[in-house]
Amino acid sequence: MVNLLGSVPGLLQHAEGAYQPILPGLILVLPLAGFVINGLGAFVWRGNRSVPSLVGPLAIIGAFGIVLANFFAMKGAMPHEPAVVSLWTWMAVGDLSVGVDLQFDQLSLLMMLIVTGVSAVIHVYSVGYMRDDPGYSRYFSYLNLFVFFMLVLVMGANFPIMFVGWEGVGLCSYLLIGFWYENRDFASAGMKAFIVNRIGDFGFLVAMFLIFVQFGSLGFVEVFGAAPERLVYGGGVATLITLFLFLGCAGKSAQIPLYVWLPDAMAGPTPVSALIHAATMVTAGVYLVARAGVLFALSPVSQAVVAAVGAGTALFAATIATQQYDIKKVLAYSTVSQLGYMFLAVGVGAFTAGIFHLMTHAFFKALLFLGSGAVIHAMHHALHVVHRDDDPNDMRNHGGLKNVMPITWGTMWIGTLAIAGIFPFAGFFSKDEIIWSAGSYGYVVLWVVSVLAAFLTAAYMTRLMVMTFHGENRSGADARPHLREVPAVMWVPLAILAALSIVGGWVNIPEALPVLPAVGALHHWLEPVMEPARHVMTEHGFRQAHGAPPGGGEAVWALVSTGAALLIVLLTFRALVQRRYRSAAESDMPTGLAGLLYHKWYVDELYDRLLVRPLLALWRGCWRIVDVGLIDGTLNAMASGTRMVGWVGSLFQTGRVAGYMLWFLTGVILILALLLL
Amino acid sequence: MDIESYSLLLSAFLFAVGTAGVLLRRNAIIIFMCVELMLNAVNLTLVVFSRSLGVEAQVLVFFSMAVAAAEAAVGLAIILAIFRHYEVVDVDRFNLLKW
Repeated sequence: MVNLLGSVPGLLQHAEGAYQPILPGLILVLPLAGFVINGLGAFVWRGNRSVPSLVGPLAIIGAFGIVLANFFAMKGAMPHEPAVVSLWTWMAVGDLSVGVDLQFDQLSLLMMLIVTGVSAVIHVYSVGYMRDDPGYSRYFSYLNLFVFFMLVLVMGANFPIMFVGWEGVGLCSYLLIGFWYENRDFASAGMKAFIVNRIGDFGFLVAMFLIFVQFGSLGFVEVFGAAPERLVYGGGVATLITLFLFLGCAGKSAQIPLYVWLPDAMAGPTPVSALIHAATMVTAGVYLVARAGVLFALSPVSQAVVAAVGAGTALFAATIATQQYDIKKVLAYSTVSQLGYMFLAVGVGAFTAGIFHLMTHAFFKALLFLGSGAVIHAMHHALHVVHRDDDPNDMRNHGGLKNVMPITWGTMWIGTLAIAGIFPFAGFFSKDEIIWSAGSYGYVVLWVVSVLAAFLTAAYMTRLMVMTFHGENRSGADARPHLREVPAVMWVPLAILAALSIVGGWVNIPEALPVLPAVGALHHWLEPVMEPARHVMTEHGFRQAHGAPPGGGEAVWALVSTGAALLIVLLTFRALVQRRYRSAAESDMPTGLAGLLYHKWYVDELYDRLLVRPLLALWRGCWRIVDVGLIDGTLNAMASGTRMVGWVGSLFQTGRVAGYMLWFLTGVILILALLLL
Repeated sequence: MDIESYSLLLSAFLFAVGTAGVLLRRNAIIIFMCVELMLNAVNLTLVVFSRSLGVEAQVLVFFSMAVAAAEAAVGLAIILAIFRHYEVVDVDRFNLLKW
């Protein structure tokens, strides 16, 4: 009795302070409703633009509002356990029971904020960008559906629900890459993305099966809670599970060797590239590694693989980005490279740094893509007016746009400085933390590679800015007067994202630079989620800091890296701004090293020779021998046999009544003879 | 030879005549009449056997006659329709229904 009384106040206190998810279902229902309404609109009120213009963005803004309310509620309570909302049981077969469960913890809520926030901005931008497109309503329905599936992905409380979102965003990605499906190349780019992602999904599925066999459950709470006891540290099972999981991540997040789909995904409308192929969907792999941090922490081999692949991809993609002329291709390879950074971070165990870079990257990469979209929009309009079919994406046709598009120019410079990692922009804090983590944990090679990639980043982004906005205009005397700044519905989103690209990094100021009050706020926020993984790593001595990289502490390195990045930006600017580029039509194919990089190290060609063609030959063989030869052959033989019998039978059909009678009589006599004899 | 044997021989003769007529003649009306002849040959056989085997065979004869009457009505109607179309009743001319 005393015990009971004693425990009551504690219980009450807990109940008061506990965090309860606010309207969890509605977060998903709003984008889904937007999809249904706009999807109907694509068929029913085809020409109407006001309904999708309102419903599309408002559904996402509404979801963002609810997520924001949840964020403040959680900020007040700061729970240590995730809140799981069970909606209904999806399937219960034998030992397997999968519910439609949504998980609310600090990590999923952060992802939801990023997804709905960036999506809302991009939806508004799309109202301007897609204004003249005949598939306006269809576009918004796909975009809403994408947000729905992305939220399912980050909110799912077990692997199957996450997989539903995982596949769903893949589907929406395919639909939106091939949005202009009349163009054959665009449609095949969509298929390429889908097929390459399938390879990764295979890994995800196998990992899911292994987890179920090992744990008898697929829920995050159960699996990650039991993992430290059930799995042997560094054992084969943990390594196998995490490596298969990482195959899925490499597919979705475009890492070596499955990155090839992402640059081609630029065939979709530019806001789609900003939302799906830069800010949100492609980060799903990073999210998954962070989410399954405990499993990865149990396998140092997998962590090394993740970190090595990440660093390799960061440098590899950055080299390609330096020689691309399509403005969106530069940004696409830049995205692949930045995703590599995130994997490097989660691979060396700095999960928070990876998620931090995911967040800041969502801001500045969305900004850069939307800025490039504004440039393309203006170029397309100007070229359209004078009836020229030059490529509006090709930077060799741009140049000097800062005079006509000052807002786009200014905001894109902010994005460029952010991605280049220059203080005090967002990218500086996140990228610096990753590089410093790699260095301080003793990964010297990875540290060198990531520093090189950072320098290349500064260089190729400056090149992009110079070619697009500075120097002389190369769009031609006829098109030049038609270049205009984009309308407010497009530049206001740019301004919002530019502001976020400046302040976004301030949520996690490193301890070494206590210039602002929010020191390590993100670390503190994600602490409850990342604690188990960190616990595993410290317990097994994996995360023993080997001291700072040569030359001093974090503050010194921050100073050096921002100084170096700034120097590279200035040098590249000085070197390139003088150069006289020729327009795309007058330019020659690049040769030598530039040509090698221009052709993306010929990786697509290599895959074509090594994989696509042999597989096609195999399938062609199957088609010729098995399908045409065996199956069609059998059926055709049966058909011609039947035809033969019919032909013989038809010989009796002479049309002469007496003839029929004779056969009839013969038959009767034969039957009689049989009966009598 | 008793009366039954004579009757059976007559019936066999009538049947053979009918069959020969159906096989050899071309005029549809003649063929039709020959079919009737064959039917009645069988009827005669049945009546003959009813003497020794019981009255059921005579019932069968009535059935056969009723069916023959119906068949005659249908068959004559068909022949009439054919005649109206071709203006002949030669069955060798009606050879469209074949391979």
